[in-house]
Amino acid sequence: MRKFILRKFFANDNNEAFVPDAKFKHPDVAPELTVDHFNLSIEGSPILKDVSVTIPANKITCIIGPSGCGKSTLLKSLNRLSDTIEGVKTTGDIRIGDTSIANCSMSDLVELRRRIGLVPQRPTPLPMSIYGNIAYGCKIHGVSSRRELRKIVRHYLKVVGLWDEVKDRLTSPATKLSIGQQQRLCLARSLAVEPEFILADEATSALDPVSSKIVEDLFVKLKEQYSIVMVTHTLRQALRIADYVIFIYMGEVIEVGDAQQVFKNPKNELTQKYLSGAIS
Amino acid sequence: MSNLRIIKDRTASGAMRTVTIVALAFVLVMGWGLYRKSAPILSEIPLWDLLTDSTWQPFKNKFGFFPFVMGTIWVTVIAVIIALPLSLFTAVFLTEYSRRFVRKIVYPALDILASLPSVIYGVWGTLVVVPWISDKLAPYFVSFSTGYTTLAAGIVLSIMILPLLVSLFVELFTSVSNELRDSSYALGATRWQTAQSVVLRKSLPGVFASVVLAISRALGETIAVLMVCGNLPAVPHSVFDSCYPIPALIANNYGEMLSLPMYESALMFAALLLFVVVLVFNLASRLVLRKIEQK
Repeated sequence: MRKFILRKFFANDNNEAFVPDAKFKHPDVAPELTVDHFNLSIEGSPILKDVSVTIPANKITCIIGPSGCGKSTLLKSLNRLSDTIEGVKTTGDIRIGDTSIANCSMSDLVELRRRIGLVPQRPTPLPMSIYGNIAYGCKIHGVSSRRELRKIVRHYLKVVGLWDEVKDRLTSPATKLSIGQQQRLCLARSLAVEPEFILADEATSALDPVSSKIVEDLFVKLKEQYSIVMVTHTLRQALRIADYVIFIYMGEVIEVGDAQQVFKNPKNELTQKYLSGAIS
Repeated sequence: MSNLRIIKDRTASGAMRTVTIVALAFVLVMGWGLYRKSAPILSEIPLWDLLTDSTWQPFKNKFGFFPFVMGTIWVTVIAVIIALPLSLFTAVFLTEYSRRFVRKIVYPALDILASLPSVIYGVWGTLVVVPWISDKLAPYFVSFSTGYTTLAAGIVLSIMILPLLVSLFVELFTSVSNELRDSSYALGATRWQTAQSVVLRKSLPGVFASVVLAISRALGETIAVLMVCGNLPAVPHSVFDSCYPIPALIANNYGEMLSLPMYESALMFAALLLFVVVLVFNLASRLVLRKIEQK
């Protein structure tokens, strides 16, 4: 029955312009993310040491560095998913605009997390339908109108280019999609709650080259409206799409700057070594 | 040399196959044995009458199993109704909310609870639950109750299956990947929203299977139930009535009064009934489980 109702609704696709729910309206000026003398240790061993960087708005910022240097931990700290690691301690601050993330209360945190979306390393479709996956975020933030939810689902599936592939099976489980489609679904799911930032932790590493290219192109397209921070292992990917680069080594920020400058004229010796493949 | 190795391998494989077949054969042999023993009563009284008649007067050759069937169902249902929400909440708390040191204390405690001999639960039920029901709870609802009631049996049984359910649920919930949880948190979900929509939903088939396992255990639990249920062969009409589940019937009477051949046969039929119910229950749940997993 539900399937039928959904199909009927989606059948009168009237192409009206999509306006996101008022709750999720972006601020007029896109905020920056500021990491301010941030330290993080897990059970006493320091993972991030005195990290201070500013992540610009409406750009693709790539965090690069050898494995185990703390890239992913820094990314997780940006939306405080680092909280879920047992034995974690932090000092310093992380702010979105003027609002502190690192030192806010639990009730503010759920709203802040909405403003900072995440695309995981491997796609993680939630145990529900394709439709349910995208509606989930909006539902937990209090959008209850079915009509509204359907509009949102259709819009964001279109944004990530999944709509034509899945419009006839919105009620089937999301796990039935291919890996590449799942990853785009995860992106659409994050976008559905209108974040200002999107964090991506090697979001293309589990994908085949074609899907990987699709997701990459999406990021480039999305940076007009969203600010994107991605961790990447592939320097070539960073070269292709990064506007801004943060190089981390052993938990410390070694070099930060415009992609052109960091890749063409790295100032620090370690950055030069990493870029030439001497350390990895 | 290499011949010897191959001979050893073949012997081992043969021996292990035999042991497996013997173990499986036990089930069939037991079922068949019970059927043989209960054949006399089945040939005398039709199966339907046995199951639906409520008069239990062995000396007058009247064997109605309805009170015992209802007793078993009541006690099991009460136990599951009490234990299921408690164990779900406990497991969600342990896996989603608690810190590591809490888990370090609680897990061993649960294991101890699960492995306590059931007679201890029976004693505890007699000393604590029965007086509590007769003095404190029952006066609100009925004029008189001894405390040896269906409710007492249900409560004791629920406490017994609780640790089993909790440890099964904890195992299920911890097997849900953290990446999945993170995805939900990253959207701004609270822990409770995540537990409901992600963790519980993901482990739904497992929860169902665990409940079936717990029910099978509850159906067969004998001694603790027998100590608190009142052992009255009448259909219970409220939770404050006494009842008489099938396992208690067998344990209480087998070995006595076997001079009546029909009586022995009746008890064997009770055992067969329990056997078949547990078997059918398990098989049916497996089918349902497969349906859920396909979805």
